[in-house]
Amino acid sequence: MGAILVRRLAGAVPILLIVSLITFGMIHLIPGDPAVAIAGMSATAEQVANIRRDLGLDQPLLSQLFDWYANLLRGDLGRSLLLGQPVVQATMLRLPVTLALSAYALVLTLLIGLVSGVIAALRQNTWIDQVAMVLAMLGISLPSFYIGLLMIILFAVDLRWLPTGGYVAFTADPIGWLATSTMPAVSLALLLAGLLARITRSTMLEVLRQDYIRTARAKGLPNRTVVVKHALANALIPIVTVVGIIVSLLISGSVVVETLFSIPGIGQLLTQAVLNRDYPMVQGGLLITTALLVLVNIGVDVCYAMLDPRVRYDRT
Amino acid sequence: MTERKRASPFRTAMRRLLHHRLFILGCVLFGIVLFVAIAAPLIARVDPNKLAMRAKFRPPGADFIFGTDNFGRSLWSRVVWGARLSVLIGGAVVAINAVLGTAIGAAAGYFRHLDNGLMRINDALMAFPAVLLAIAVTAVLGPSVNDVIIALAIVYTPRTARIVRSSVIVLREMEYVQAARAAGAGHWRILRHHILPNAMAPLIVQLSFLFAYAVLTEATLSFLGVGAVPPTPTWGNIMAEGRQYMTDAPWIITIPGAALMITVLGLNLLGDGLRDVLDPRLRIQQ
Repeated sequence: MGAILVRRLAGAVPILLIVSLITFGMIHLIPGDPAVAIAGMSATAEQVANIRRDLGLDQPLLSQLFDWYANLLRGDLGRSLLLGQPVVQATMLRLPVTLALSAYALVLTLLIGLVSGVIAALRQNTWIDQVAMVLAMLGISLPSFYIGLLMIILFAVDLRWLPTGGYVAFTADPIGWLATSTMPAVSLALLLAGLLARITRSTMLEVLRQDYIRTARAKGLPNRTVVVKHALANALIPIVTVVGIIVSLLISGSVVVETLFSIPGIGQLLTQAVLNRDYPMVQGGLLITTALLVLVNIGVDVCYAMLDPRVRYDRT
Repeated sequence: MTERKRASPFRTAMRRLLHHRLFILGCVLFGIVLFVAIAAPLIARVDPNKLAMRAKFRPPGADFIFGTDNFGRSLWSRVVWGARLSVLIGGAVVAINAVLGTAIGAAAGYFRHLDNGLMRINDALMAFPAVLLAIAVTAVLGPSVNDVIIALAIVYTPRTARIVRSSVIVLREMEYVQAARAAGAGHWRILRHHILPNAMAPLIVQLSFLFAYAVLTEATLSFLGVGAVPPTPTWGNIMAEGRQYMTDAPWIITIPGAALMITVLGLNLLGDGLRDVLDPRLRIQQ
């Protein structure tokens, strides 16, 4: 297991290097003078010069690149122009909010997606299967911000069951957190649950056709044991690999959902940074989020290897 | 001895597609959107940005079929012209992906010495969360329809390249390709005549889903305010503006949202059908 972890970590190094190079290069791809673009059209020459000096844009490109990596190794991604605080600190303050929301949405995704996918497979070609798959297709076709808006109209404006937006930390008030996070989490989860339900159904059908399932049934095992212990346990293995993709989609989705529901997470932070031309924040936030996702994917790969012996034995 | 004439693969695929009910439904839904997009100058003659403050917040009815927004602009005109922009952006992203994704994927899959370098850059671009990368690229390039197209092309081309590369790697080792090589065919000829035509099926399937992703992501960027600048009538912009008035005028949100859903649903059904017929290995079992 350790060997797999080391190999995957080593494989991630060149990817992270290129990711950091792309994020470094972003500021230099701004058409015209980046310092003018950041300062805005109404800025004085002095303000532009200050920004150029503060961001090191007056240095040669190679020197800037060297400084970027030297600072990166020290965990320094610069200061946010908008917030005036270090980018790493600003990101880390918002990270728990996005992680808590993503975790809630992930639980909902797994619950809805796995259950409906398994039921659809077990009831293949019945009305239950068809309804589940139509709902799954609708789920993957509805943008999360549209679901969010519809829920706000129904549950917050008309029925007044939930607040229209805002955020309460789980540690401060768990009930308040649930109230403020439920609509955002559901709007994130519906799309992904649709995706997961389709994959789960397909994988379950594949597994249910295997000889060992026929053998288990022939032995006279009860249906529940065959489904849960033999079919589902094996169907879950390939589904684990999808979790990495789901987490990436959750982070992407959280950008719009956090903005819609005024949740102070990384998504909202980055959107504000883009709207206010806070490029150090955009670069840093993007780099940290991507690095986290790479780590999540490594974790998923290691879990996959733990669950599926074929992956472990295939390491040569 | 008479030999039975074999139907061409194209005809077989077409016959199977025409019997695929969900594919037909997808074609109908997307066909409606495509028709509306093409016929926009004829069916929505009112300028989508024409202000009429006296007619603001009119609900859908006889005078204004989709109602009006906070500036009295005809929502019918804005949604119809929004369809045109969505189809234009989705189509442009698909076209760029088809060319660039195929070129990069084919180069990486066919020329082994290019594979490692190209795929590491590809993997790095795919490691970014799609929407975040698109937002960052529009932050760099600027908020316009053209820049959104470039941003979405940068986000989605690596995904297409990976799919083409997978097909090319398998096809490169096929006996008929080796025979062509032994017969003296050059790389370009082998790629063009022997490999790429056989790598088309998964590419077509990918491009149909990509159209849906591009339309969705564009709407998301506009909704966040980092896409095409208002008052450009993109569906995301219309919904973002309607957000403030959702209690009194919910149609400003629900109608463009429904149009967006119909487009994406149509494209997803179309993609599912194409996948079932052209790339059965990936079929969601019927």
